[in-house]
Amino acid sequence: MNAIERYSADFARIENALPGSSIGWLQDARRDALSRFAERGIPTTRDENWKYTDVSSLEKRALIAAPSPDRADAATLAASIERLALAAEYHLLVFVDGRYDRDLSWLGRLPAGATISSMAEVLERDPGLLEAHFAGEIWPHGAFGWLNTALAADGAVIHLEADTVVEQPVHLLFLATGSASAVHATNLIVAGNNAKVTVIEHYAGDDGATYFTNALTHIVIGENANVAHYKLQQESAKAFHIAGIHAKQAAHGRFASHSISLGAQLARNDISTYLAAGSHCELNGLYLADGRRHVDHHTRIDHAEPDATSSEVYRGILDGGARGVFNGKVVVHQDAQHTDAKQENHNLLLSKNAEIDTKPELEIYADDVKCTHGATIGQLDDAMLFYLRSRGLDEAAARSLLIYAFAHDIIDRMALQPLRKRLERQLIERLPLGSTEVSFSELLLDGQSGTGQ
Amino acid sequence: MLKVTNLQAKIDGKEILRGVDLEVRAGEVHAIMGPNGSGKSTLAQVLAGRENYEVTGGTVEYDGSDLLELAPEERARAGLFLAFQYPVEIPGVSNVYLLKAALNAVRKHRGEPELDAMDFLTLVKDKLKLVEISQEFLYRAVNEGFSGGEKKRNEILQMAVLEPRLAILDETDSGLDIDALKIVANGVNSLRSPDRAIIMVTHYQRLLDYIVPDFVHVLSDGRIVKSGGRELALELEERGYSWLEGDAQPAAQSGARAGAGS
Repeated sequence: MNAIERYSADFARIENALPGSSIGWLQDARRDALSRFAERGIPTTRDENWKYTDVSSLEKRALIAAPSPDRADAATLAASIERLALAAEYHLLVFVDGRYDRDLSWLGRLPAGATISSMAEVLERDPGLLEAHFAGEIWPHGAFGWLNTALAADGAVIHLEADTVVEQPVHLLFLATGSASAVHATNLIVAGNNAKVTVIEHYAGDDGATYFTNALTHIVIGENANVAHYKLQQESAKAFHIAGIHAKQAAHGRFASHSISLGAQLARNDISTYLAAGSHCELNGLYLADGRRHVDHHTRIDHAEPDATSSEVYRGILDGGARGVFNGKVVVHQDAQHTDAKQENHNLLLSKNAEIDTKPELEIYADDVKCTHGATIGQLDDAMLFYLRSRGLDEAAARSLLIYAFAHDIIDRMALQPLRKRLERQLIERLPLGSTEVSFSELLLDGQSGTGQ
Repeated sequence: MLKVTNLQAKIDGKEILRGVDLEVRAGEVHAIMGPNGSGKSTLAQVLAGRENYEVTGGTVEYDGSDLLELAPEERARAGLFLAFQYPVEIPGVSNVYLLKAALNAVRKHRGEPELDAMDFLTLVKDKLKLVEISQEFLYRAVNEGFSGGEKKRNEILQMAVLEPRLAILDETDSGLDIDALKIVANGVNSLRSPDRAIIMVTHYQRLLDYIVPDFVHVLSDGRIVKSGGRELALELEERGYSWLEGDAQPAAQSGARAGAGS
């Protein structure tokens, strides 16, 4: 059986068990999505967009959605959540192997115009809220996007009426226990005019578990609305992770996307946004990979109307035989005069066998615009290492400090303190450190307060 | 304290030091002068342990041990400090982190307890005054976006915090206006003490008006060709370096003479 046959059989098997299976427009959308997936099939390296990312290993494995995953035991789950939660005051929606778990989740007080729930629950109570978002080709979809729409059993819905502000960040925690071999999660974030929310989309898996996460997040940002989105990928080292995050910004809407990729054997992120007049987006990313791991970010920013600004900074650190891919496309449409677009990608290669393919792409059809881009690839700087060592830091500590500083540039762009602290700690755990370890790690951690930012 | 004997070094196959002899004792200030390309900066970098240079001959004894056997960080912890000619910019690492890490590495080596944040800050604030740097400086990335003068003052600040036994100042005067030069000189002079030695590498004698050396050596084509007292610098100022070229005395002899003069 090839992948198309396998996923088609999977769909036939679970179709009637999917939430909202009695809703006509939804089943139509799912069947339509499956046929579009079947037309395309799993991409190969002959596809321009997948030139450097070979997903044939995924094709070979029979990673299909499990109809009703066995529950991991409660104590194990609770311990994982305790470890992964970021702050007690954050709203927390926990999805275990792709299914919302109300008992493990915690929602604080929400303003009247806010709906924060799971896809399955919303399909029971208020399916109309979702209909427009399942309609045909309003979103950029690749093969995995269509597969997601066909098979997704759950995900989060964050729906804010105009002028609704959700004060505390919403933490979506997708926990893979390894008992389901594939999870297709669909998330929808809608911020009405002047609405505001921060969302953390967090994927984590048990060590050693092999599974496939296929996530798709759609974000609708109304006029003057403000959405900050953090994606934290710390899947098991054997996992496959493929995710799409696609936003549409109305006039003067603001969108910040931070994509942190730490885990998985193969991770691919497609992140896009569409900018209307006077809107602003910021796309930041940090990817770390070692061993034989592969991490790929494809981003696309469409400046469709005048006076919008975009700023993009991605940084990667690759060690061992790891491979990174960065492809950042900025399209400035004919009407988008006074566009200001900046893009940077910097890569640190820590071993001879690590590899990065980086490609900034600018397509400009307007004449009065300011666009810059730059990409760098380098090793740790000898002069910097010597300077630090000449001040008494041993070589491992000097290397660590430079790697940390390189990555911290991205962490510095994040507003959420608990997330920053978490990432700083995770970063330090991965550094070579050296004999000045104790004072060194302390030095890094108290760094934030010291900078006075 | 430091005894350099017939030191030879090359970089990228090119011989730069061709047998340097130099002896420096505690309490002394030595100036090493010479034309561009004579090997002054190479000597400073080799003493600090820069691995780009290959030492092909000779010995360096520092406080009775073989300096060349030590890694750069071990030399630093043993009290050797190099003020760089071109201080390196390190984005993302703030001055205060580096100062604290450096000081604690040195203290640990000396068997002293690490300073806590309060004591450390008190110490640093004191040293900031010495080099007339504002406290805001501490929280900027190391040397990033600093002017030439700020970078040199920052080197002196690090030196003042680390209190080395042997300080090597590599062209610390280059690119400084007269006010900055006075501040830097003042910082260096305040560190002069009977148990500390200073080696100044410089092209011009201007710095020596402010930091008066006990000995002046002329390095030319990888060897010390002449050694003398303070007056040698003035003579060089007047006559340039060319009269010394081809006038190389046996290096070991000049080194011995410098030592004998103390």
